[in-house]
Amino acid sequence: MISIHNLHASIDGKEILKGLNLTVNAGEVHAIMGPNGAGKSTLASVLAGREDYEITAGSIAFDGKDLLEMSTEERAREGLFLAFQYPVEIPGVSNVNFLKTAVNEIREHKGLEPISAKEFMQRVREKSALVELDASLASRAVNEGFSGGEKKRNEIFQMAMLEPKLSILDETDSGLDIDALRIVANGVNKLKTPNNACIVITHYQRLLDYIVPDVVHVLYNGRIVKSGPKELALELEAKGYDWIKEEIDSINQ
Amino acid sequence: MEPLVSASKLSAFRAHLEPTSLSIPEALENAALSFLDQNDFPTTRQEAWKYTRVGKIAAIHAATNDTLDVTVENLPVIDAEAFTIHIVNGHIWLPSTECPKGLSIQKLSDYSAEECTHLFDSWASEHELDVFSSLNTAYLQDGIVLKIDSNVVIDQPIQLIHSNTVNNQVTNVRHFIHAGSGSKAAVILGMLSSYEQPAFTNGILHVNVEANATLTIDKIQSEAAGNCAITSELVKQASGSTFTMNTVTLNGTLVRNNLTVLVNGTQCSTNMNGAYLLKDKQHVDNHTVVDHRQPHCVSNELYKGVMDEQSTAVFNGKVYVREHAQKINAFQSNGNVLLSDSAAINSKPELEIYADDVKCSHGSTTGQLDEEAVFYLRARGLSESSARQLLVGAFIGDVIEKVENEAVREFIHDQLTTRFGWQLV
Repeated sequence: MISIHNLHASIDGKEILKGLNLTVNAGEVHAIMGPNGAGKSTLASVLAGREDYEITAGSIAFDGKDLLEMSTEERAREGLFLAFQYPVEIPGVSNVNFLKTAVNEIREHKGLEPISAKEFMQRVREKSALVELDASLASRAVNEGFSGGEKKRNEIFQMAMLEPKLSILDETDSGLDIDALRIVANGVNKLKTPNNACIVITHYQRLLDYIVPDVVHVLYNGRIVKSGPKELALELEAKGYDWIKEEIDSINQ
Repeated sequence: MEPLVSASKLSAFRAHLEPTSLSIPEALENAALSFLDQNDFPTTRQEAWKYTRVGKIAAIHAATNDTLDVTVENLPVIDAEAFTIHIVNGHIWLPSTECPKGLSIQKLSDYSAEECTHLFDSWASEHELDVFSSLNTAYLQDGIVLKIDSNVVIDQPIQLIHSNTVNNQVTNVRHFIHAGSGSKAAVILGMLSSYEQPAFTNGILHVNVEANATLTIDKIQSEAAGNCAITSELVKQASGSTFTMNTVTLNGTLVRNNLTVLVNGTQCSTNMNGAYLLKDKQHVDNHTVVDHRQPHCVSNELYKGVMDEQSTAVFNGKVYVREHAQKINAFQSNGNVLLSDSAAINSKPELEIYADDVKCSHGSTTGQLDEEAVFYLRARGLSESSARQLLVGAFIGDVIEKVENEAVREFIHDQLTTRFGWQLV
């Protein structure tokens, strides 16, 4: 699905990712954990194509294609989805209208006819129910006046509508209470198929109680320094990140 | 006062114009002529014209023989269902269809000298002398007098479509709308010259909204490159009346709109909405005045603009609340989005409040599109251009929504799609 090789990325001349390697296969859920400042959100931004970051070395193959050559919208149309850590409020742009445009742009990219109004609305109803998003929120302006939890559920609703191959959830658990967390996780789990994959970026282990990862990676200082089964997340929760930092820093010395 | 030697531009401009043949009161006509003899076109040294240069208008040498072999049926309109009057190169074409009940329409040129004097005199005290109003008086071609009877509701919109169809056409028209007490009507003012040509419309509209009447005017300007327009509306509101003016400028090289509302009664509502959507080197200047002279009234003003390429816009909004006009709620807002580094806006709200028990607010914003929102939309698969179009449409959409007539809204949407590729959502 995606294969990241020796990725180096910097912003304003400061290197954040320093040779990151990661491979995610179809049907897999990978969790990326790590202390603050490790580069987790940078990785999400670089994958989505945020232009503030400069890629200084490395490559990313997405379904065999060179991801770094694609614009943000091309990546989305190829099936990459970023659930934003801070979803943007867009006054005046209705959630469903913009989603309809997005769905049709993606369909056009795939050589499909535009979706019919009826089928679209049916999907809106179905997918908003999946994340228990009130249908009235679906038709309101994008994220405007939404609570933190509603914004995150709206991200997963959009993910459900767009049916991406690879979803990147950037700290989707931040700011969620336990009920909202369960709803969001439940939505993500229901969308899982053998043909898609998910990268869950999180600071805490609690989301991983609900979205069970196949692999847990620890991102530290711009590199993946440790990978392991889901139990690694529990270990990190119990022991914090210091033991990993010490382990890595001692190797580097 | 400007030295006389610089008056050459104005006198050269006047040399090509035909003096009015209408029975305008002599005192008014003489005052206009003497003003024109002593002044030149305004320059940016004058506060009211600080950001608007009228050189493009001054450069027009008026066509002397305007052709009138036009088929008005072929001219564009805004609302196909409306009762439509065409004003072509300053000449009026009344429709042959029956006038809606309760409405009377006459040409100024059909008025007797006595009627004309009476009509002009009724506005004399409000009339301010400046170059363009004086030109309008001295060279007035014709105008429409539109009267709505008291206590009638006219469901069919009344549409006045202005077009200049000749190179170097200079059109001077003045219309009068009288909305009788308790009446309700909607008027569309269209300015739709569709030929690319230097031409100029100098228009004045006097509006009298009697007690408890409701009048809505949608002024829609979409003129091809080269066309210039300076048009002024002077509105008087009596007690309990509601007046709404929606001014939407979609195209035109140089456009100046002067909207002045004198709120002479209590319990009035005044709504002034404006949208200007510009590109190329267009220049659009909206000067508005709402003068609250009586207590217990509300005014709402919302003007929004989007400027692309090298276009420039001016917004100047004056709100007066006179000493005895207590319990006034007056709101004004002007928002602007600049889509290019070369586009510019000069926005100036001016509030003069002499009463102490009022609620007034004003705000002016200028910015670019929210780049984070652009990225968000692109991350969902929208192209950069459709993301930007969507955001522009959303920004301007809440003003366009104020236009209640669906046909007018549709016309605006069509223009925005064809001219800018913007889609309103």
